[in-house]
Amino acid sequence: MTAGPSIASARAEAAPAGPGAPLPVPLDIRGDFPILAREIDGRRLVYLDSAATSQKPESVIAAIDDYYRAHNANIHRGVYTLAQEATDLFEGARQRVAAFVGGEPATTIFTRNATEAINLVAYSWGRTHLGPGDAVLITQMEHHSNIVPWQLLCAERGAELRYLEVSDSGQLSLAQLESELARGDVRLVAVAHVSNVLGTINPIAEIVARARAAGAVSLIDGSQAVPQLTVDVSAVGADFYAWTGHKALGPTGIGVLQGRAELLEAMPPFLAGGDMIASVDFQSSTWNELPWKFEAGTSMIAEAVGLGAAVDYLTGLGMERVRAHERALVAETLERLAGLPDLRVLGPADADARGGVVSFVIEGIHPHDIAELLNRQGVSIRAGHHCAMPLMRRLGVPATARASFGPYNVSADVDALADALAGARRTFEL
Amino acid sequence: MDDLYRDFILEHYKRPRNFGELEPRDLEAHDYNPLCGDEMGVHIRLDGDRIAALRFHGHGCAISQAAASIASEELIGMRRQEAAGLDADWMLELLGIPISATRRKCALLNLKVMRGALTGDASWPPEGDDGA
Ligand SMILES: Cc1ncc(COP(=O)(O)O)c(C=O)c1O
Repeated sequence: MTAGPSIASARAEAAPAGPGAPLPVPLDIRGDFPILAREIDGRRLVYLDSAATSQKPESVIAAIDDYYRAHNANIHRGVYTLAQEATDLFEGARQRVAAFVGGEPATTIFTRNATEAINLVAYSWGRTHLGPGDAVLITQMEHHSNIVPWQLLCAERGAELRYLEVSDSGQLSLAQLESELARGDVRLVAVAHVSNVLGTINPIAEIVARARAAGAVSLIDGSQAVPQLTVDVSAVGADFYAWTGHKALGPTGIGVLQGRAELLEAMPPFLAGGDMIASVDFQSSTWNELPWKFEAGTSMIAEAVGLGAAVDYLTGLGMERVRAHERALVAETLERLAGLPDLRVLGPADADARGGVVSFVIEGIHPHDIAELLNRQGVSIRAGHHCAMPLMRRLGVPATARASFGPYNVSADVDALADALAGARRTFEL
Repeated sequence: MDDLYRDFILEHYKRPRNFGELEPRDLEAHDYNPLCGDEMGVHIRLDGDRIAALRFHGHGCAISQAAASIASEELIGMRRQEAAGLDADWMLELLGIPISATRRKCALLNLKVMRGALTGDASWPPEGDDGA
Protein backbone atom coordinates (compact mmCIF):
# COMPACT_ATOMS: atom_id res chain seq x y z
CA MET A 1 0.00 0.00 0.00
CA THR A 2 1.38 3.34 -0.96
CA ALA A 3 -1.04 5.77 0.59
CA GLY A 4 0.61 9.02 -0.41
CA PRO A 5 -0.18 12.46 0.85
CA SER A 6 -2.70 13.14 -1.91
CA ILE A 7 -4.88 10.27 -0.76
CA ALA A 8 -4.57 11.19 2.88
CA SER A 9 -5.63 14.73 2.10
CA ALA A 10 -8.54 13.58 -0.04
CA ARG A 11 -9.79 11.57 2.89
CA ALA A 12 -9.16 14.42 5.30
CA GLU A 13 -11.06 16.82 3.03
CA ALA A 14 -14.06 14.58 3.08
CA ALA A 15 -14.05 14.05 6.84
CA PRO A 16 -17.20 15.29 8.52
CA ALA A 17 -17.02 18.88 9.66
CA GLY A 18 -20.46 19.15 11.22
CA PRO A 19 -24.07 18.71 10.20
CA GLY A 20 -24.64 18.72 6.45
CA ALA A 21 -21.00 17.92 5.74
CA PRO A 22 -20.29 14.87 3.59
CA LEU A 23 -20.01 11.63 5.47
CA PRO A 24 -16.57 10.10 5.72
CA VAL A 25 -14.83 8.13 3.04
CA PRO A 26 -13.78 5.48 2.28
CA LEU A 27 -17.15 3.93 1.68
CA ASP A 28 -17.65 0.21 1.94
CA ILE A 29 -21.08 -0.61 0.54
CA ARG A 30 -20.17 -3.88 -1.15
CA GLY A 31 -22.78 -5.69 0.96
CA ASP A 32 -25.55 -3.74 -0.81
CA PHE A 33 -24.58 -5.18 -4.21
CA PRO A 34 -25.49 -8.88 -4.48
CA ILE A 35 -23.35 -9.50 -7.57
CA LEU A 36 -20.18 -8.53 -5.71
CA ALA A 37 -20.50 -11.72 -3.67
CA ARG A 38 -19.83 -13.66 -6.88
CA GLU A 39 -16.59 -15.41 -7.57
CA ILE A 40 -14.84 -15.69 -10.93
CA ASP A 41 -13.04 -19.04 -11.12
CA GLY A 42 -12.79 -19.15 -7.35
CA ARG A 43 -11.58 -15.55 -6.96
CA ARG A 44 -13.36 -12.54 -5.55
CA LEU A 45 -14.97 -10.49 -8.34
CA VAL A 46 -13.12 -7.20 -8.71
CA TYR A 47 -15.44 -5.18 -10.92
CA LEU A 48 -13.63 -2.27 -12.55
CA ASP A 49 -15.87 -1.58 -15.52
CA SER A 50 -18.46 0.78 -14.09
CA ALA A 51 -17.94 3.28 -16.91
CA ALA A 52 -19.47 0.65 -19.20
CA THR A 53 -22.27 -0.16 -16.79
CA SER A 54 -22.66 -0.04 -13.04
CA GLN A 55 -23.69 -2.88 -10.77
CA LYS A 56 -27.08 -2.60 -9.07
CA PRO A 57 -27.84 -2.39 -5.36
CA GLU A 58 -30.36 -4.70 -3.73
CA SER A 59 -32.82 -1.79 -3.38
CA VAL A 60 -32.96 -1.26 -7.16
CA ILE A 61 -33.42 -4.96 -7.87
CA ALA A 62 -36.12 -5.12 -5.17
CA ALA A 63 -37.97 -2.07 -6.52
CA ILE A 64 -38.22 -3.63 -9.99
CA ASP A 65 -39.24 -6.96 -8.53
CA ASP A 66 -41.89 -5.31 -6.34
CA TYR A 67 -43.22 -3.33 -9.26
CA TYR A 68 -43.87 -6.47 -11.31
CA ARG A 69 -45.14 -8.51 -8.36
CA ALA A 70 -47.48 -5.95 -6.88
CA HIS A 71 -48.17 -2.94 -9.10
CA ASN A 72 -47.78 -3.82 -12.78
CA ALA A 73 -50.27 -2.17 -15.14
CA ASN A 74 -50.03 0.17 -18.09
CA ILE A 75 -49.76 3.78 -17.02
CA HIS A 76 -51.75 6.94 -17.81
CA ARG A 77 -55.49 6.79 -18.63
CA GLY A 78 -56.22 3.78 -16.40
CA VAL A 79 -58.93 4.28 -13.78
CA TYR A 80 -58.44 1.08 -11.80
CA THR A 81 -56.22 0.85 -8.72
CA LEU A 82 -53.23 -0.92 -10.26
CA ALA A 83 -53.05 1.50 -13.18
CA GLN A 84 -53.14 4.39 -10.74
CA GLU A 85 -50.38 2.83 -8.63
CA ALA A 86 -48.20 2.16 -11.65
CA THR A 87 -48.72 5.72 -12.89
CA ASP A 88 -47.84 7.14 -9.47
CA LEU A 89 -44.72 4.97 -9.29
CA PHE A 90 -43.63 6.02 -12.78
CA GLU A 91 -44.30 9.73 -12.37
CA GLY A 92 -42.96 9.66 -8.81
CA ALA A 93 -39.73 8.21 -10.17
CA ARG A 94 -39.59 11.01 -12.73
CA GLN A 95 -39.91 13.60 -9.97
CA ARG A 96 -37.08 12.07 -7.92
CA VAL A 97 -34.87 11.57 -10.98
CA ALA A 98 -35.43 15.19 -12.00
CA ALA A 99 -34.73 16.49 -8.49
CA PHE A 100 -31.59 14.34 -8.22
CA VAL A 101 -29.91 16.44 -10.91
CA GLY A 102 -31.65 19.73 -10.14
CA GLY A 103 -34.18 19.51 -12.99
CA GLU A 104 -37.96 19.86 -13.38
CA PRO A 105 -40.24 16.84 -14.02
CA ALA A 106 -41.91 18.50 -17.03
CA THR A 107 -38.60 18.88 -18.81
CA THR A 108 -37.23 15.47 -17.76
CA ILE A 109 -37.90 13.09 -20.63
CA PHE A 110 -37.38 9.36 -20.29
CA THR A 111 -35.61 7.77 -23.23
CA ARG A 112 -34.10 4.34 -23.76
CA ASN A 113 -30.57 5.51 -22.95
CA ALA A 114 -28.25 8.49 -23.49
CA THR A 115 -27.84 7.56 -27.13
CA GLU A 116 -31.55 7.92 -27.75
CA ALA A 117 -31.63 11.21 -25.81
CA ILE A 118 -28.93 12.64 -28.07
CA ASN A 119 -30.60 11.29 -31.19
CA LEU A 120 -33.85 12.91 -30.06
CA VAL A 121 -32.14 16.30 -30.04
CA ALA A 122 -30.33 15.68 -33.33
CA TYR A 123 -33.53 14.61 -35.04
CA SER A 124 -36.06 16.91 -33.53
CA TRP A 125 -34.11 20.09 -32.82
CA GLY A 126 -31.36 19.57 -35.39
CA ARG A 127 -33.52 19.01 -38.45
CA THR A 128 -35.50 22.18 -37.80
CA HIS A 129 -32.59 24.44 -36.87
CA LEU A 130 -29.65 23.47 -39.01
CA GLY A 131 -28.94 24.23 -42.63
CA PRO A 132 -26.14 24.79 -45.11
CA GLY A 133 -23.50 27.15 -43.76
CA ASP A 134 -24.22 26.15 -40.14
CA ALA A 135 -21.83 24.20 -37.95
CA VAL A 136 -22.06 21.73 -35.07
CA LEU A 137 -19.11 21.85 -32.69
CA ILE A 138 -18.20 18.72 -30.72
CA THR A 139 -14.92 17.48 -29.25
CA GLN A 140 -12.35 14.81 -30.02
CA MET A 141 -13.14 13.07 -26.74
CA GLU A 142 -16.80 12.27 -27.44
CA HIS A 143 -18.36 8.84 -27.23
CA HIS A 144 -19.65 7.63 -30.62
CA SER A 145 -23.17 8.38 -29.39
CA ASN A 146 -22.27 12.08 -29.29
CA ILE A 147 -20.55 11.96 -32.69
CA VAL A 148 -22.50 9.81 -35.12
CA PRO A 149 -25.92 11.51 -34.69
CA TRP A 150 -24.21 14.83 -35.56
CA GLN A 151 -22.46 13.28 -38.56
CA LEU A 152 -25.79 12.08 -39.93
CA LEU A 153 -27.50 15.37 -39.16
CA CYS A 154 -24.76 17.47 -40.74
CA ALA A 155 -24.68 15.27 -43.85
CA GLU A 156 -28.45 15.54 -44.19
CA ARG A 157 -28.64 19.30 -43.61
CA GLY A 158 -25.49 20.29 -45.46
CA ALA A 159 -23.93 21.59 -42.26
CA GLU A 160 -20.34 21.25 -41.09
CA LEU A 161 -19.14 19.14 -38.14
CA ARG A 162 -16.10 20.57 -36.35
CA TYR A 163 -14.09 19.34 -33.39
CA LEU A 164 -12.48 20.92 -30.37
CA GLU A 165 -9.08 19.33 -29.94
CA VAL A 166 -7.92 17.33 -26.95
CA SER A 167 -4.55 18.35 -25.51
CA ASP A 168 -1.81 15.87 -24.65
CA SER A 169 -2.98 16.00 -21.04
CA GLY A 170 -6.50 15.13 -22.16
CA GLN A 171 -8.09 18.54 -21.85
CA LEU A 172 -10.08 20.95 -24.01
CA SER A 173 -9.00 24.49 -24.74
CA LEU A 174 -11.40 27.34 -23.99
CA ALA A 175 -9.31 29.50 -26.31
CA GLN A 176 -10.10 27.16 -29.20
CA LEU A 177 -13.76 27.19 -28.17
CA GLU A 178 -13.69 30.99 -28.38
CA SER A 179 -12.10 31.03 -31.81
CA GLU A 180 -14.54 28.42 -33.14
CA LEU A 181 -17.51 30.36 -31.78
CA ALA A 182 -16.11 33.60 -33.19
CA ARG A 183 -16.56 32.20 -36.69
CA GLY A 184 -20.25 32.89 -36.15
CA ASP A 185 -21.65 29.72 -37.74
CA VAL A 186 -21.84 27.40 -34.72
CA ARG A 187 -25.47 26.54 -33.93
CA LEU A 188 -24.85 23.72 -31.47
CA VAL A 189 -22.04 22.79 -29.07
CA ALA A 190 -22.14 19.18 -27.80
CA VAL A 191 -19.64 18.09 -25.15
CA ALA A 192 -19.21 15.26 -22.65
CA HIS A 193 -19.34 16.35 -19.02
CA VAL A 194 -16.86 13.60 -18.12
CA SER A 195 -14.87 11.61 -20.70
CA ASN A 196 -15.47 7.87 -20.64
CA VAL A 197 -11.88 7.24 -21.74
CA LEU A 198 -9.72 9.95 -20.19
CA GLY A 199 -11.88 10.66 -17.17
CA THR A 200 -11.45 14.38 -17.86
CA ILE A 201 -14.04 16.55 -16.12
CA ASN A 202 -14.79 19.30 -18.62
CA PRO A 203 -15.60 22.88 -17.57
CA ILE A 204 -19.14 22.58 -18.86
CA ALA A 205 -20.68 25.59 -17.11
CA GLU A 206 -18.06 27.75 -18.79
CA ILE A 207 -18.54 26.03 -22.15
CA VAL A 208 -22.33 26.42 -21.94
CA ALA A 209 -22.05 30.10 -20.99
CA ARG A 210 -19.73 30.85 -23.90
CA ALA A 211 -21.88 28.90 -26.34
CA ARG A 212 -24.95 30.83 -25.22
CA ALA A 213 -23.14 34.16 -25.51
CA ALA A 214 -22.33 33.21 -29.10
CA GLY A 215 -25.95 32.32 -29.83
CA ALA A 216 -25.35 28.56 -29.93
CA VAL A 217 -27.43 25.88 -28.25
CA SER A 218 -25.58 23.47 -25.94
CA LEU A 219 -25.94 19.76 -25.27
CA ILE A 220 -24.01 18.10 -22.46
CA ASP A 221 -23.53 14.33 -22.42
CA GLY A 222 -23.66 13.61 -18.71
CA SER A 223 -23.52 9.80 -19.00
CA GLN A 224 -20.32 9.53 -16.96
CA ALA A 225 -20.95 12.53 -14.73
CA VAL A 226 -24.30 11.78 -13.12
CA PRO A 227 -23.09 8.52 -11.52
CA GLN A 228 -20.21 10.16 -9.68
CA LEU A 229 -20.51 13.96 -9.41
CA THR A 230 -23.05 16.28 -7.88
CA VAL A 231 -24.82 17.45 -11.02
CA ASP A 232 -27.12 20.47 -10.99
CA VAL A 233 -28.52 20.94 -14.48
CA SER A 234 -30.09 24.28 -13.54
CA ALA A 235 -26.69 25.60 -12.45
CA VAL A 236 -24.98 24.20 -15.56
CA GLY A 237 -27.61 25.93 -17.65
CA ALA A 238 -27.23 23.68 -20.68
CA ASP A 239 -30.06 23.67 -23.20
CA PHE A 240 -29.95 19.88 -23.20
CA TYR A 241 -28.43 17.46 -20.72
CA ALA A 242 -28.46 13.74 -21.63
CA TRP A 243 -27.59 10.77 -19.43
CA THR A 244 -28.17 7.07 -19.06
CA GLY A 245 -29.65 5.13 -16.14
CA HIS A 246 -27.62 1.94 -16.24
CA LYS A 247 -24.34 3.69 -15.43
CA ALA A 248 -25.96 5.34 -12.39
CA LEU A 249 -26.86 2.12 -10.53
CA GLY A 250 -30.18 1.90 -12.40
CA PRO A 251 -31.39 -0.74 -14.86
CA THR A 252 -30.67 -0.82 -18.57
CA GLY A 253 -33.32 0.49 -20.93
CA ILE A 254 -33.79 3.93 -19.42
CA GLY A 255 -32.07 7.21 -20.13
CA VAL A 256 -32.87 10.83 -19.48
CA LEU A 257 -32.99 13.97 -21.56
CA GLN A 258 -33.34 17.21 -19.69
CA GLY A 259 -34.06 20.23 -21.81
CA ARG A 260 -35.07 23.85 -21.60
CA ALA A 261 -38.85 24.13 -21.78
CA GLU A 262 -38.94 26.78 -24.54
CA LEU A 263 -36.81 24.63 -26.82
CA LEU A 264 -38.69 21.41 -26.09
CA GLU A 265 -42.02 23.09 -26.63
CA ALA A 266 -41.00 24.45 -30.01
CA MET A 267 -39.52 21.15 -31.21
CA PRO A 268 -41.50 18.70 -33.33
CA PRO A 269 -41.96 15.21 -31.85
CA PHE A 270 -39.27 12.57 -32.22
CA LEU A 271 -41.15 9.25 -32.24
CA ALA A 272 -44.86 9.24 -32.95
CA GLY A 273 -47.63 7.01 -31.67
CA GLY A 274 -49.60 6.51 -28.48
CA ASP A 275 -49.12 8.57 -25.32
CA MET A 276 -47.43 11.48 -27.10
CA ILE A 277 -50.66 12.87 -28.56
CA ALA A 278 -53.39 15.14 -27.23
CA SER A 279 -55.82 14.19 -29.99
CA VAL A 280 -55.66 12.25 -33.23
CA ASP A 281 -57.90 12.93 -36.22
CA PHE A 282 -57.84 11.07 -39.53
CA GLN A 283 -55.27 13.34 -41.12
CA SER A 284 -53.54 15.16 -38.28
CA SER A 285 -52.87 15.17 -34.57
CA THR A 286 -51.96 17.51 -31.77
CA TRP A 287 -49.21 16.82 -29.30
CA ASN A 288 -49.37 16.03 -25.64
CA GLU A 289 -47.71 18.34 -23.11
CA LEU A 290 -44.14 18.00 -21.94
CA PRO A 291 -42.60 15.63 -21.11
CA TRP A 292 -45.04 13.13 -22.65
CA LYS A 293 -44.86 14.69 -26.09
CA PHE A 294 -41.46 12.98 -26.39
CA GLU A 295 -42.49 9.66 -24.83
CA ALA A 296 -44.26 7.77 -27.60
CA GLY A 297 -45.61 4.32 -26.88
CA THR A 298 -45.69 2.40 -23.63
CA SER A 299 -42.88 3.66 -21.44
CA MET A 300 -40.18 1.68 -19.66
CA ILE A 301 -42.17 1.65 -16.45
CA ALA A 302 -40.25 -0.88 -14.37
CA GLU A 303 -37.00 0.69 -15.52
CA ALA A 304 -38.14 4.14 -14.40
CA VAL A 305 -39.09 2.69 -11.03
CA GLY A 306 -35.64 1.10 -10.84
CA LEU A 307 -33.92 4.34 -11.74
CA GLY A 308 -35.98 6.10 -9.08
CA ALA A 309 -34.67 3.60 -6.53
CA ALA A 310 -31.12 4.14 -7.84
CA VAL A 311 -31.20 7.91 -7.34
CA ASP A 312 -32.71 7.35 -3.88
CA TYR A 313 -29.80 5.09 -3.07
CA LEU A 314 -27.24 7.57 -4.38
CA THR A 315 -28.94 10.40 -2.51
CA GLY A 316 -28.69 8.31 0.63
CA LEU A 317 -24.96 7.89 0.11
CA GLY A 318 -24.54 11.57 -0.72
CA MET A 319 -22.99 12.47 -4.07
CA GLU A 320 -20.24 14.52 -2.42
CA ARG A 321 -19.23 11.44 -0.53
CA VAL A 322 -19.40 9.27 -3.66
CA ARG A 323 -17.15 11.77 -5.45
CA ALA A 324 -14.68 11.98 -2.57
CA HIS A 325 -14.54 8.19 -2.39
CA GLU A 326 -13.99 7.67 -6.11
CA ARG A 327 -11.51 10.52 -6.25
CA ALA A 328 -9.48 8.81 -3.54
CA LEU A 329 -9.58 5.51 -5.45
CA VAL A 330 -8.40 7.25 -8.62
CA ALA A 331 -5.59 9.03 -6.78
CA GLU A 332 -4.49 5.71 -5.33
CA THR A 333 -4.70 4.02 -8.74
CA LEU A 334 -2.63 6.75 -10.40
CA GLU A 335 -0.02 6.33 -7.72
CA ARG A 336 0.08 2.54 -7.93
CA LEU A 337 0.23 2.53 -11.74
CA ALA A 338 3.01 5.11 -11.76
CA GLY A 339 5.15 2.42 -10.12
CA LEU A 340 4.78 0.02 -13.05
CA PRO A 341 7.42 0.34 -15.78
CA ASP A 342 6.27 0.57 -19.42
CA LEU A 343 2.80 1.67 -18.29
CA ARG A 344 1.43 5.00 -19.48
CA VAL A 345 -1.74 6.53 -18.07
CA LEU A 346 -3.77 8.66 -20.47
CA GLY A 347 -5.61 11.78 -19.42
CA PRO A 348 -5.13 14.35 -16.68
CA ALA A 349 -2.40 13.58 -14.12
CA ASP A 350 -4.36 15.17 -11.30
CA ALA A 351 -7.18 13.20 -9.66
CA ASP A 352 -9.07 16.46 -9.08
CA ALA A 353 -9.37 16.94 -12.83
CA ARG A 354 -10.78 13.50 -13.55
CA GLY A 355 -13.62 11.20 -12.67
CA GLY A 356 -13.37 7.53 -11.74
CA VAL A 357 -11.87 6.35 -15.00
CA VAL A 358 -8.24 5.39 -15.63
CA SER A 359 -7.20 4.42 -19.15
CA PHE A 360 -3.71 3.16 -19.76
CA VAL A 361 -1.45 1.33 -22.17
CA ILE A 362 1.50 -0.95 -21.47
CA GLU A 363 4.34 -0.94 -23.96
CA GLY A 364 4.64 -4.57 -25.09
CA ILE A 365 1.20 -5.89 -24.04
CA HIS A 366 -1.88 -5.25 -26.13
CA PRO A 367 -4.90 -4.01 -24.11
CA HIS A 368 -6.85 -7.17 -24.97
CA ASP A 369 -4.14 -9.34 -23.55
CA ILE A 370 -4.06 -7.17 -20.42
CA ALA A 371 -7.81 -7.60 -19.96
CA GLU A 372 -7.57 -11.35 -20.55
CA LEU A 373 -4.76 -11.79 -18.04
CA LEU A 374 -6.51 -9.60 -15.45
CA ASN A 375 -9.71 -11.62 -15.81
CA ARG A 376 -7.80 -14.68 -14.62
CA GLN A 377 -7.29 -12.85 -11.34
CA GLY A 378 -11.00 -12.00 -11.17
CA VAL A 379 -10.31 -8.39 -12.21
CA SER A 380 -12.83 -7.16 -14.80
CA ILE A 381 -11.57 -4.26 -16.90
CA ARG A 382 -12.40 -3.21 -20.45
CA ALA A 383 -10.04 -3.10 -23.41
CA GLY A 384 -10.66 -1.54 -26.78
CA HIS A 385 -11.62 1.78 -28.29
CA HIS A 386 -14.42 2.43 -25.76
CA CYS A 387 -16.68 3.75 -28.53
CA ALA A 388 -14.30 6.66 -29.01
CA MET A 389 -12.38 5.83 -32.18
CA PRO A 390 -11.64 9.47 -33.08
CA LEU A 391 -10.08 9.93 -29.63
CA MET A 392 -7.97 6.79 -30.09
CA ARG A 393 -6.66 8.29 -33.32
CA ARG A 394 -5.92 11.60 -31.56
CA LEU A 395 -4.06 9.76 -28.79
CA GLY A 396 -2.16 7.67 -31.32
CA VAL A 397 -3.19 4.34 -29.79
CA PRO A 398 -5.33 1.63 -31.37
CA ALA A 399 -6.94 0.78 -28.05
CA THR A 400 -6.51 1.25 -24.31
CA ALA A 401 -7.10 -0.77 -21.19
CA ARG A 402 -9.52 0.99 -18.87
CA ALA A 403 -10.26 0.54 -15.18
CA SER A 404 -13.27 2.47 -13.91
CA PHE A 405 -14.86 2.76 -10.51
CA GLY A 406 -18.24 2.78 -8.87
CA PRO A 407 -19.11 3.77 -5.32
CA TYR A 408 -18.88 0.08 -4.33
CA ASN A 409 -15.19 -0.24 -5.18
CA VAL A 410 -12.69 -0.31 -2.36
CA SER A 411 -8.98 0.18 -1.91
CA ALA A 412 -8.46 -3.60 -2.07
CA ASP A 413 -9.74 -3.46 -5.67
CA VAL A 414 -6.92 -1.06 -6.55
CA ASP A 415 -4.46 -3.47 -4.94
CA ALA A 416 -5.93 -6.34 -6.96
CA LEU A 417 -5.60 -4.29 -10.15
CA ALA A 418 -1.98 -3.33 -9.48
CA ASP A 419 -1.02 -6.89 -8.48
CA ALA A 420 -2.70 -8.38 -11.55
CA LEU A 421 -0.92 -5.87 -13.79
CA ALA A 422 2.42 -6.79 -12.27
CA GLY A 423 1.51 -10.44 -12.98
CA ALA A 424 0.63 -9.62 -16.59
CA ARG A 425 4.04 -8.02 -17.04
CA ARG A 426 5.68 -11.17 -15.69
CA THR A 427 3.69 -13.40 -18.06
CA PHE A 428 4.85 -11.28 -20.97
CA GLU A 429 8.40 -11.32 -19.58
CA LEU A 430 8.61 -7.53 -19.46
CA MET B 1 2.81 -21.90 -17.52
CA ASP B 2 -0.10 -20.05 -19.03
CA ASP B 3 -2.38 -22.04 -21.36
CA LEU B 4 -2.86 -19.26 -23.83
CA TYR B 5 0.30 -17.21 -23.54
CA ARG B 6 2.70 -20.08 -24.20
CA ASP B 7 6.37 -19.37 -24.83
CA PHE B 8 6.05 -19.89 -28.58
CA ILE B 9 3.07 -17.52 -28.75
CA LEU B 10 4.97 -14.79 -26.94
CA GLU B 11 8.04 -15.49 -29.04
CA HIS B 12 6.06 -15.04 -32.28
CA TYR B 13 4.33 -11.96 -30.81
CA LYS B 14 7.58 -10.28 -29.89
CA ARG B 15 9.50 -11.32 -33.01
CA PRO B 16 6.89 -11.88 -35.71
CA ARG B 17 8.09 -13.65 -38.88
CA ASN B 18 7.35 -12.18 -42.28
CA PHE B 19 6.06 -8.88 -41.00
CA GLY B 20 6.30 -5.67 -42.97
CA GLU B 21 5.60 -4.61 -46.55
CA LEU B 22 6.42 -6.28 -49.86
CA GLU B 23 7.57 -4.32 -52.90
CA PRO B 24 6.71 -5.24 -55.61
CA ARG B 25 3.61 -7.30 -54.81
CA ASP B 26 0.84 -8.97 -56.77
CA LEU B 27 -1.96 -9.08 -54.21
CA GLU B 28 -2.93 -7.29 -51.05
CA ALA B 29 -5.80 -6.90 -48.62
CA HIS B 30 -6.48 -5.12 -45.40
CA ASP B 31 -9.09 -5.55 -42.67
CA TYR B 32 -10.12 -4.66 -39.14
CA ASN B 33 -11.48 -6.45 -36.18
CA PRO B 34 -14.14 -3.90 -35.33
CA LEU B 35 -14.53 -5.20 -31.81
CA CYS B 36 -11.03 -4.36 -30.70
CA GLY B 37 -9.70 -2.06 -33.41
CA ASP B 38 -7.07 -4.58 -34.44
CA GLU B 39 -5.89 -4.00 -37.93
CA MET B 40 -4.07 -6.30 -40.32
CA GLY B 41 -2.87 -6.13 -43.89
CA VAL B 42 -1.12 -8.64 -46.12
CA HIS B 43 1.08 -8.31 -49.19
CA ILE B 44 1.60 -11.33 -51.43
CA ARG B 45 4.00 -11.99 -54.31
CA LEU B 46 3.21 -14.90 -56.60
CA ASP B 47 5.45 -17.15 -58.62
CA GLY B 48 3.11 -18.87 -61.06
CA ASP B 49 0.41 -20.38 -58.87
CA ARG B 50 2.54 -20.44 -55.73
CA ILE B 51 2.90 -17.89 -52.94
CA ALA B 52 6.51 -16.82 -53.36
CA ALA B 53 6.55 -14.22 -50.61
CA LEU B 54 4.06 -12.95 -48.06
CA ARG B 55 4.14 -10.29 -45.38
CA PHE B 56 1.60 -9.25 -42.77
CA HIS B 57 1.49 -5.85 -41.11
CA GLY B 58 -0.72 -3.95 -38.68
CA HIS B 59 -1.24 -4.13 -34.97
CA GLY B 60 -3.14 -6.31 -32.60
CA CYS B 61 -3.07 -8.56 -29.58
CA ALA B 62 -0.61 -11.37 -28.96
CA ILE B 63 -3.02 -13.93 -30.37
CA SER B 64 -3.67 -12.15 -33.67
CA GLN B 65 0.00 -11.28 -34.20
CA ALA B 66 1.33 -14.72 -33.27
CA ALA B 67 -1.30 -16.42 -35.44
CA ALA B 68 -0.25 -14.33 -38.44
CA SER B 69 3.41 -15.02 -37.82
CA ILE B 70 2.89 -18.77 -37.46
CA ALA B 71 0.59 -18.93 -40.49
CA SER B 72 3.03 -16.99 -42.64
CA GLU B 73 5.64 -19.72 -42.28
CA GLU B 74 3.17 -22.28 -43.65
CA LEU B 75 1.76 -20.07 -46.39
CA ILE B 76 4.99 -19.22 -48.16
CA GLY B 77 5.49 -21.80 -50.91
CA MET B 78 1.89 -22.99 -50.76
CA ARG B 79 -0.24 -23.23 -53.92
CA ARG B 80 -2.60 -20.30 -54.26
CA GLN B 81 -5.59 -22.62 -54.66
CA GLU B 82 -4.80 -24.49 -51.47
CA ALA B 83 -4.19 -21.36 -49.42
CA ALA B 84 -7.45 -19.82 -50.59
CA GLY B 85 -9.36 -22.78 -49.19
CA LEU B 86 -7.78 -22.89 -45.73
CA ASP B 87 -10.34 -22.74 -42.94
CA ALA B 88 -10.56 -21.89 -39.27
CA ASP B 89 -9.68 -25.40 -38.16
CA TRP B 90 -6.40 -25.19 -40.01
CA MET B 91 -5.47 -22.00 -38.18
CA LEU B 92 -6.63 -23.17 -34.75
CA GLU B 93 -4.80 -26.47 -35.05
CA LEU B 94 -1.68 -24.68 -36.15
CA LEU B 95 -1.92 -22.40 -33.11
CA GLY B 96 -2.46 -25.36 -30.80
CA ILE B 97 -3.78 -23.34 -27.87
CA PRO B 98 -7.31 -23.16 -26.46
CA ILE B 99 -9.04 -20.22 -28.14
CA SER B 100 -12.20 -18.94 -26.47
CA ALA B 101 -15.14 -17.66 -28.50
CA THR B 102 -14.17 -14.06 -27.71
CA ARG B 103 -10.63 -14.53 -29.04
CA ARG B 104 -11.59 -16.48 -32.16
CA LYS B 105 -11.76 -13.35 -34.29
CA CYS B 106 -8.24 -12.43 -33.13
CA ALA B 107 -6.86 -15.80 -34.18
CA LEU B 108 -8.60 -15.73 -37.57
CA LEU B 109 -7.91 -12.15 -38.65
CA ASN B 110 -4.80 -13.09 -40.63
CA LEU B 111 -6.65 -15.88 -42.44
CA LYS B 112 -9.42 -13.43 -43.28
CA VAL B 113 -7.08 -10.92 -44.93
CA MET B 114 -5.00 -13.62 -46.62
CA ARG B 115 -8.09 -15.24 -48.16
CA GLY B 116 -9.36 -11.78 -49.09
CA ALA B 117 -6.11 -11.05 -50.94
CA LEU B 118 -6.17 -14.37 -52.81
CA THR B 119 -9.86 -14.48 -53.72
CA GLY B 120 -10.90 -10.83 -53.72
CA ASP B 121 -13.75 -11.84 -51.41
CA ALA B 122 -13.56 -10.11 -48.03
CA SER B 123 -16.71 -11.76 -46.68
CA TRP B 124 -15.03 -14.82 -45.15
CA PRO B 125 -15.80 -16.00 -42.53
CA PRO B 126 -19.55 -15.60 -43.09
CA GLU B 127 -21.36 -13.70 -40.33
CA GLY B 128 -22.23 -15.96 -37.45
CA ASP B 129 -20.33 -18.98 -38.68
CA ASP B 130 -16.86 -17.71 -37.78
CA GLY B 131 -15.22 -19.84 -40.40
CA ALA B 132 -15.79 -23.12 -38.60
C1 LIG C 1 -19.69 9.46 -22.37
C2 LIG C 1 -20.75 8.52 -22.82
N1 LIG C 1 -21.75 8.97 -23.58
C3 LIG C 1 -22.73 8.16 -23.99
C4 LIG C 1 -22.74 6.83 -23.68
C5 LIG C 1 -23.84 5.98 -24.24
O1 LIG C 1 -24.65 5.44 -23.25
P1 LIG C 1 -25.81 4.47 -23.70
O2 LIG C 1 -25.16 3.35 -24.44
O3 LIG C 1 -26.43 4.00 -22.42
O4 LIG C 1 -26.73 5.25 -24.55
C6 LIG C 1 -21.71 6.30 -22.91
C7 LIG C 1 -21.69 4.86 -22.58
O5 LIG C 1 -20.87 4.10 -22.94
C8 LIG C 1 -20.69 7.18 -22.47
O6 LIG C 1 -19.68 6.71 -21.73
